[in-house]
Amino acid sequence: MGDYAYAAPTTVDSTVELLSSSASSGTRTQVLAGGTDVLVQMRSIDRVPRLIVDVKQLAETNALSIGEDEIYIGAAIPSAILNENAELKGKLPGLIESADLIGSTQIQGRATIGGNLCNSSPAGDTIPALIANSAVCHIVGADGERNVPVEDFVTGVGTNCMADHEFLLGLRVPAPKGNTGDAYLRFIPRTEMDIAVAGAGVRVTLDDGGTCTAARVGIGAVAPTPLLVPDAADALIGTQVDDEALNAAAAACSAAASPISDKRGTVEYRIKVVGVLCKRAGAIARDRAKAS
Amino acid sequence: MAEAVDLKAIGTRPVRPDGVEKVTGRANFGADLNLPGMLHGKILRSPHAHARIKSVDLSGALAVDGVLAAISGKDIPGGGDLGDNVLANEKVLYDGHAVAAVAARSAFIAEQALDQIKVEYEVLNPVLSIDDAIADGATLVNESQHTNGDTSQPASNIAAVTKFERGDVDKGFAEADAVAEGEFRVPTAHQGYIEPHACTATINEEGKATVWCCTQGQFDVRSMTANCLNKQVSDIRVIPSEIGGGFGGKTTIYLEPVAVKLSEISGRPVKMVMSREEVFRATGPTSATLCRVKVGAKNDGTITAATAWLAYEAGAYPGAPVGPGCMSVLAPYDLENFRIEGLDVLVTKPKVAAYRAPGAPQSMHAMECAIDDLARKLGMDPIDLRLKNAADEGTVAPYGPQFPAIGLRACLEAAKVHPNYTTPPAEGQGRGVAVGFWFNIGMQSSAEIRIAENGAVTIMEGSPDIGGSRASMCLMAAETLGIPYENINAHVGDTEATGYCNTTGGSRTTFATGMAVIEACEDIIAQCKERAALTWELDVDQVDWEDGQAVPKPGVNADVKPLSLADIARSAGRTGGPLLGRASLNAQGPGASFSVNWTDVEVDRETGKVDVKAFTGVQDAGRAIHPSYVEGQMQGGAVQGLGWALNEEYIYNDDGVMENAGFLDYRVPVTSDMPMIDTQIVEVPNPSHPYGVRGVGETPIVAPLAATSNAVRDVLGFRINDLPLSPPRVLAAIDENE
Repeated sequence: MGDYAYAAPTTVDSTVELLSSSASSGTRTQVLAGGTDVLVQMRSIDRVPRLIVDVKQLAETNALSIGEDEIYIGAAIPSAILNENAELKGKLPGLIESADLIGSTQIQGRATIGGNLCNSSPAGDTIPALIANSAVCHIVGADGERNVPVEDFVTGVGTNCMADHEFLLGLRVPAPKGNTGDAYLRFIPRTEMDIAVAGAGVRVTLDDGGTCTAARVGIGAVAPTPLLVPDAADALIGTQVDDEALNAAAAACSAAASPISDKRGTVEYRIKVVGVLCKRAGAIARDRAKAS
Repeated sequence: MAEAVDLKAIGTRPVRPDGVEKVTGRANFGADLNLPGMLHGKILRSPHAHARIKSVDLSGALAVDGVLAAISGKDIPGGGDLGDNVLANEKVLYDGHAVAAVAARSAFIAEQALDQIKVEYEVLNPVLSIDDAIADGATLVNESQHTNGDTSQPASNIAAVTKFERGDVDKGFAEADAVAEGEFRVPTAHQGYIEPHACTATINEEGKATVWCCTQGQFDVRSMTANCLNKQVSDIRVIPSEIGGGFGGKTTIYLEPVAVKLSEISGRPVKMVMSREEVFRATGPTSATLCRVKVGAKNDGTITAATAWLAYEAGAYPGAPVGPGCMSVLAPYDLENFRIEGLDVLVTKPKVAAYRAPGAPQSMHAMECAIDDLARKLGMDPIDLRLKNAADEGTVAPYGPQFPAIGLRACLEAAKVHPNYTTPPAEGQGRGVAVGFWFNIGMQSSAEIRIAENGAVTIMEGSPDIGGSRASMCLMAAETLGIPYENINAHVGDTEATGYCNTTGGSRTTFATGMAVIEACEDIIAQCKERAALTWELDVDQVDWEDGQAVPKPGVNADVKPLSLADIARSAGRTGGPLLGRASLNAQGPGASFSVNWTDVEVDRETGKVDVKAFTGVQDAGRAIHPSYVEGQMQGGAVQGLGWALNEEYIYNDDGVMENAGFLDYRVPVTSDMPMIDTQIVEVPNPSHPYGVRGVGETPIVAPLAATSNAVRDVLGFRINDLPLSPPRVLAAIDENE
């Protein structure tokens, strides 16, 4: 590795200012939250020196609030902290589980949901769970603040909608109401410490009779970006989220998938397994909704 | 062999001598040595699987500020294939093959300088499988390679063919009531040692070099490095560090001659440390194989004939472990008729290196799967079928020698009544059984025993400790000398500090170096008896050694107090000088170790994922010197075998570039993937060792491959021949069969 520059601004304004001046001067800049992706990439994939802007020192990126209507998760909160928050875990068990799947306990002391999203990998585990939960990205930059639905955030493999002068402050997740449950499952050949071959997140809301009134399905690792699958949600809405409905949702996920064959799995394998995961995650989300 | 009487130290489980240093992080590994003025060396590696090197221009690198030396293949003048593997000359033969190297003031400068080296390649077709390599008109990896050196035949990628044959195979199959056969592929697998290769080298103006490195054999590093540099072994001192895993992979060299040469040019010490990616791409994994086997038996289970055609990828240079593969494939069985043929096949992949029981897991995977199929056809319990045909004392092994006492039957009988076997697999699970074998080796070892003034014992020997062998040496010394384990410490010496020892490998250390330690202790005892006789004014044959002290023999009339080792040591200056015992030997009769493994698995039929739910290993250790380390070897080998069965494989793209050169995508099992590996040690003493030791380190990796395949066969109802049983392969097979 070469000579890196490092800055850890303490206010949002100074962070934006630094990012803006770097952008206009052409300085190569990378925002750092937990660093669990950035540090690995610096050592192995892209060793060219750059300015690292650490956003962990900001109060805003560490904000966590659980409101009546909205849950706000600061972009730099380590997933270990989220994991240990029983109230949050009770409300969004699927999302928190998706964060808990990333890395080991030690890694989770640093890894963040915001970083996972900004890394913008097709296989980022929290992204399908965020999509299923209708999360919105709270972005700040030289032009002020803006809110972008998670499904519109990732624009390609490793790319997202943020400009060089922008960074992610946090995520706004609609608080679950009534009989609502979420779940995320991924497939890896091992039990942990691996990257999703396919992933599926599901959130459902049921009425008192158990009929699904609202649903969202997100899938990962089966296309250049994580995807919202409206057809899979439609297959669940109006049903009891029974096997037939889940199989239909699974088929919709398989149909939406456009994966590649690589060292982690074949096209055929991923298309099939993303459906299986949707079906299994849907059943868990349903049971959680009933129990909520 | 000593009678199995009253062993006091052997069989106990004390803390290892190197334990505190390791758990506190004080132990020094290969990359831990730093010297004043030291430079950092880095290697430029081929991006092509197969290409002719038209030119290498180092001038760009040498012009970089901070670079003090740069070399290419011509700077490593000797070593033959080994030297060509260390730095390529005419051709690069695999993705990652070393082409040039630089030494610079920092690792970063060295890396940047590599970008300034200009290499002109003429890219050639890669040869990426046995099928491609042996096809008519195949691209030749080496244009002057002829099978078995027979230049009357055209050049071939088949470097060598080995054959073992006995009886009349056709007649045997004609007598069979049931026959099982199949074609099995096992992928390239890496040892996956956690410590990457690392060394630091310095050479002075007299041409005397010192090399610090992590290795399984400092004496082999010395001779190999000397060969590569056309130097004498006496010009090089090699100091082995603690070793973070080897499993056979650290029995050869990659960096050492390069570091010495860079040091010679720069006049500075040079340190080289591989990245994990370099370890995967450019060090020796073990062979991918294609095995065709057939076995027939009568209705009563008697095997009438067996054949095995075993093709092993050697990588870029000859030397696949196909010989051991041939030796092992039918070793568990007492057979009248068999034919074994082995091929050593060149491909454009890294030159293979030893990996725990090199060659045996692949060939025995094929045969133990076929034996399992045969048991199904015969309606026999798989252990009963093996018991019916088990090799035993007096059986002439397929590779020639007659077995002395061996423990296969004892292991099978222990397995048959083991509660983990008598309890059927849980609902939805399948069970697979397989037998493992490794012949083990003896070879040369030296040991010295030094007695301090207070009677404390220092063992100096030359076998790098990769599995707790220092603890075993101390236990055997404690037993022989009759003193407490705590009074003994064992050290692995460098090439100038200790007598010659062959490399730690072939499960030889506890057996052979242990034997040297025992003989050195006996030398000490003889000396102590002489010193006591002198002190007591008795004849030496009037003195005995009992429980760590010299005593007059029964019936000898002497009014004296026993003399302990400490007593004798304290007065050694008055009785002839310091006590120093020594032994050197070429150990014969290493004694084969057999095992029986079974595993219970579950298969997720929607994702193809195989979960190992239970695993039991039963193995003959001859005599377990330190049972915890025997069990540790059994467990570690089982996990490596299970990893190979489930997910481990080298993945190459069509151009022959490795796509999974890291632990993320080269999937060794993580702890939570594995069940508790249950172990049972069987002890059928090796008649050639004073305490009955058999090497135990390698056998454990052999049977898990077939045991897993057989368990998956049991649960699915059909067989998947090839490994790994990765989810995509298993799901595709399920889809095909449903």
